[in-house]
Amino acid sequence: MIITSNLSKTYSGNTVLKIDDLNIPKGQSFGLVGNNGAGKTTYFSLLLDLIQPTTGHIKNNNVLVHESEDWKPFTSAFIDETFLIGYLTPEEYFYFIGELRGQNKADIDALLKQFESFFHGEILKQKKYLRDLSKGNQKKAGIVAALIGNPEVIILDEPFANLDPTTQIRLKQILKDLAEKQGVTVLVSSHDLMHVTDVCERIVVLEKGDIVKDLETNPATLKELEAHFASNMVTSQEEE
Amino acid sequence: MIKHFLNLEWKAFTRSASFQVNLALKILMIIGAFFMILYALGAGVFAYYGIEKFIDPEPLKIINKFLIFYFIGDLVFRYFLQNMPIVNIKPLLYLPLKKNQVVKFGINKTMISFFNIWHAFFFIPFSIVLLKEGHSFINVAGWHIAMLALFYCNNFINIFVNSKDTVFYSILGIIVTLGALLYFDIFDITQFTAPIFSAFYNQPYLSIIPIILAYILYSMAFKYFRKNFYLDAGLAKKVEIAETDNMTWLDRFGSVSTFLKNDIKLIKRNKRSKMTIFMSFLFIFYGLLFFTGSIEAYDGPFWRIFAGIFVSGGFLFSFGQFVPSWDSAYYPLLMSQNIRYKEYLESKWYLMVIATIFSTIIASFYLYFGWQAYAAVVVGAIYNVGVNSHMVLWGGAYIKTPIDLSSAKKAFGDKKSFNLKTLLLTIPKLLLPMLIYTAGHFIQGEVLGFVLVAVSGLAGFLFKNKVFTIIEKIYKSEKYKTLVAYKQTN
Repeated sequence: MIITSNLSKTYSGNTVLKIDDLNIPKGQSFGLVGNNGAGKTTYFSLLLDLIQPTTGHIKNNNVLVHESEDWKPFTSAFIDETFLIGYLTPEEYFYFIGELRGQNKADIDALLKQFESFFHGEILKQKKYLRDLSKGNQKKAGIVAALIGNPEVIILDEPFANLDPTTQIRLKQILKDLAEKQGVTVLVSSHDLMHVTDVCERIVVLEKGDIVKDLETNPATLKELEAHFASNMVTSQEEE
Repeated sequence: MIKHFLNLEWKAFTRSASFQVNLALKILMIIGAFFMILYALGAGVFAYYGIEKFIDPEPLKIINKFLIFYFIGDLVFRYFLQNMPIVNIKPLLYLPLKKNQVVKFGINKTMISFFNIWHAFFFIPFSIVLLKEGHSFINVAGWHIAMLALFYCNNFINIFVNSKDTVFYSILGIIVTLGALLYFDIFDITQFTAPIFSAFYNQPYLSIIPIILAYILYSMAFKYFRKNFYLDAGLAKKVEIAETDNMTWLDRFGSVSTFLKNDIKLIKRNKRSKMTIFMSFLFIFYGLLFFTGSIEAYDGPFWRIFAGIFVSGGFLFSFGQFVPSWDSAYYPLLMSQNIRYKEYLESKWYLMVIATIFSTIIASFYLYFGWQAYAAVVVGAIYNVGVNSHMVLWGGAYIKTPIDLSSAKKAFGDKKSFNLKTLLLTIPKLLLPMLIYTAGHFIQGEVLGFVLVAVSGLAGFLFKNKVFTIIEKIYKSEKYKTLVAYKQTN
């Protein structure tokens, strides 16, 4: 579904991302982990054509992302609060996104009904604009908006951060279902190793822009990841 | 400690997005600022001799008469433009700094702001001229110091007023009423205030009063802030109660309605855009300067078109030039959605057209000044809709200053929104129709002039799709740069 070849992004001589070859098949739940500055958000921004690659390209369902816009109808994302329209109520925001993605009001209402428990009564009919919601509730609204219009690829940057434990558990279930039952390709990044191992079939570890590990999730993965990041700590201490 | 604060301020200033322009533009901006100062200096000198020659042999008397309006005007101006000191204070709250220090710094900061200093460019030359013309030093000094102190009073008053809209609107109400009463000779407030201002001149020692007043207001402002120095009090964000409106009546616009609904919500629910509406409303009255013949320099016939374009196009200019900056806060969202640029542009275009038509209807009172006056407005409106609506959208595509929707303070006069680029782009939009009119005016007469402008406006419609395609291309080619620029919120 998503093929990355020879991709790199360089800012004034400083390479922040370099992925020679990465192939994410359709329906895979794909996790990206790494410390700050590892290049997770850069990769997602490249996937959404928000920044230009220095070299190489990404093909999303055979569409060259930085050349054509045809990937947009089947791809959706929530990266950060710049994906929210602050002066709209959550409902208005969902309808707006819905209209852009060819969904009518009834479609959206039906979708929102499924997420009632996810919203926990704090999003809908609150007489509040998105800009006045708490960070966690904003995130919930953004994530659900990314599910509108039956996208085939969903990209979520740090979806678990700022969420309360109950919502984290629900979100994990939602993401798993999307990949397993509906064949949606789900890409998430996270700092939380446990969450990623719970959700993703495959986990890629980025370090300073390079892929250092590409793991298929199994019961030992979490241990392996923890060992990796802990050893990282030791080596960086030695370097100092 | 002060050293750290000043350091922070300096960095905030030099690293702001508006300074990240290229060198050529920077130089042009400096030249522009230089001329502004020169004009102000000139105005200070001219005020004396001009008034002496044309109005009254005693300029100081006239100045004193109208000072009250100058001061109230200053307060209004500050309300809209001057940022409050609390803005950057949040990150300092939990640091081991004495709250008093932080508050004091915040307030002191306002004292060296441009809003206090720019008056000096008028008052210093004016005072020097007074001295030169034989007024005694002591008296002029007393008057000058009193004026200075009064501006600082305004500065501190603004700190209170700023957080209270009702206070502000009542002040605005008072000034309008007083002005009207004066104009219609019903009640002349200046009779009461002029002697006060004169007193500072006649008894220079009285200038101690405004100094004391300024000090009292300073301590009040200090106490006010100190008391409200909590996240849930003075530093709290106001939470509005959201209203939902499906605006189904807009569905008749078809696919454009998605964006149109959003744009109307944008305008209704954000301070900055409301400010734009308010300004566009003021623009409707801009023509009064021209059609009442109150300013001699504006009596030339081609100025009518200039006025006509501004009267009907206030919204068009102030809104249109910031497309797509209005959507800067969520531009990444728009760029990753399947946006139909044409519908996006069309929506903004409809808004501008509707506003232009409204302005033209409201402006029908210009008929009072003769059919030519209103004809200029109507013709200006046609030109605005036909040509300028495309021009501003086109120009806006190059402007990459993010807009903070929640702040009304920067709607105009701010270096970010009123930069040289926008200024340069405005000139052809105005000069061209003026030239066209002048040509017609001198070949045959005013009728031909009006007809020519109207025809060129109508001709502009033909290019709408072409221009939209060009703008769409710009949006696409400038996409990455725009995204980066919008990230800088400060």
